[in-house]
Amino acid sequence: MKLKMLIIAVLLICSCADKNKETEAATQNTKKEVVITNNESKKIDLEVYNFAGFEKFLSKKDDKIYVINFWATWCAPCIKELPYFEKLNETYKNKNVEVILVSLDFSHLYEKKLKPFIKKKQLQSKVIALDDADMNSWIPKVNEKWSGSIPATVIYKNDERKFFEKSFNYEELKKEVEDFFN
Amino acid sequence: MKRIIKLTSVMVTFFCLSAFTIINSNLEEEGYKIGDLAEDFLLKNIDGNMVSLSNYKDAKGFIITFTCNTCPFAVMYEDRIIALNNKYASKGYPVIAIMPNNTNIKPGDNFNAMKQRAQEKGFTFPYLIDEQQHVYPKFGATKTPQIFILHKTQKGNVVKYIGTIDDNYKNASAVNTKYVEDAVDALLKGKEVQVTETRAIGCSIKI
Repeated sequence: MKLKMLIIAVLLICSCADKNKETEAATQNTKKEVVITNNESKKIDLEVYNFAGFEKFLSKKDDKIYVINFWATWCAPCIKELPYFEKLNETYKNKNVEVILVSLDFSHLYEKKLKPFIKKKQLQSKVIALDDADMNSWIPKVNEKWSGSIPATVIYKNDERKFFEKSFNYEELKKEVEDFFN
Repeated sequence: MKRIIKLTSVMVTFFCLSAFTIINSNLEEEGYKIGDLAEDFLLKNIDGNMVSLSNYKDAKGFIITFTCNTCPFAVMYEDRIIALNNKYASKGYPVIAIMPNNTNIKPGDNFNAMKQRAQEKGFTFPYLIDEQQHVYPKFGATKTPQIFILHKTQKGNVVKYIGTIDDNYKNASAVNTKYVEDAVDALLKGKEVQVTETRAIGCSIKI
């Protein structure tokens, strides 16, 4: 059934004039995503915070090392480094390390993009969404040096913290976290 | 012998590349601060013409906008960038948009894609490509979208504002503070810009 629809869609797209190609393709994509949403994302409970609500994740003082990664499904370098954060979480979860993935996806795309992505990638780290449009008010509160580009990561333990506005590979990430053990 | 030459050339290339990366990242960290003079540039517009700030004899300043086709935040601001140009170009502050990404990494930002996007959206301002990626590091741009407002003086183009367009990317009608408009309005009145730097989430520039 799906295949049939896809063939029809392809035929439709091909029969359209060049100008309409992109729009048609976009429409089809959207439709496909809706289907995924209905099937797969219902079970995912996403915690959504404004900055005031989110701030507690940046200021825990329980001797745990927190790795807070700011990302979004539309951010290619973020997606590339996600597996490293996942691996870190898995490897160090018994060593008092917790990874929290903070999605900055647009709130109107939580159902269409974010939840299906979490499901598809089977993300094991805690994923929360930060939805606060007045970015200039909260970005400096995360870190004074943050220009606002993502990926960006905060690693902290009690009052000791480090901020990174960059992409990580696993080795770099591991090293930064292990520095907090000492 | 041939092999040695080959090996040497590989090493030289590697050395040059790594040297370039170091220089590049140094520049990136510095960039312009408020009050600095911005150097002029010469970049190719989507119509094939080369554009530099010195072409704009009558301008009082510029709304330099680092943007691209592929960043969702940049796309959300496209209409507002057009509106800025429509409002301020005639008053002497035209928008000059610059696409800073490496198009090998982001093919959706290549020159043809830029032309197409500008046509679809009806851009009323130049949309330049920073092909060599030499211009954005001078500004210290880190992401798209990012605005630099320049004010033309006898000494040159002074950086007066660095940051985002307004305080609500999601909904243009729910905006409380229009940072860029406030800054340009102040400059037009000969006043100092009140809020000179703001921050917003954006897509990192692809190197």
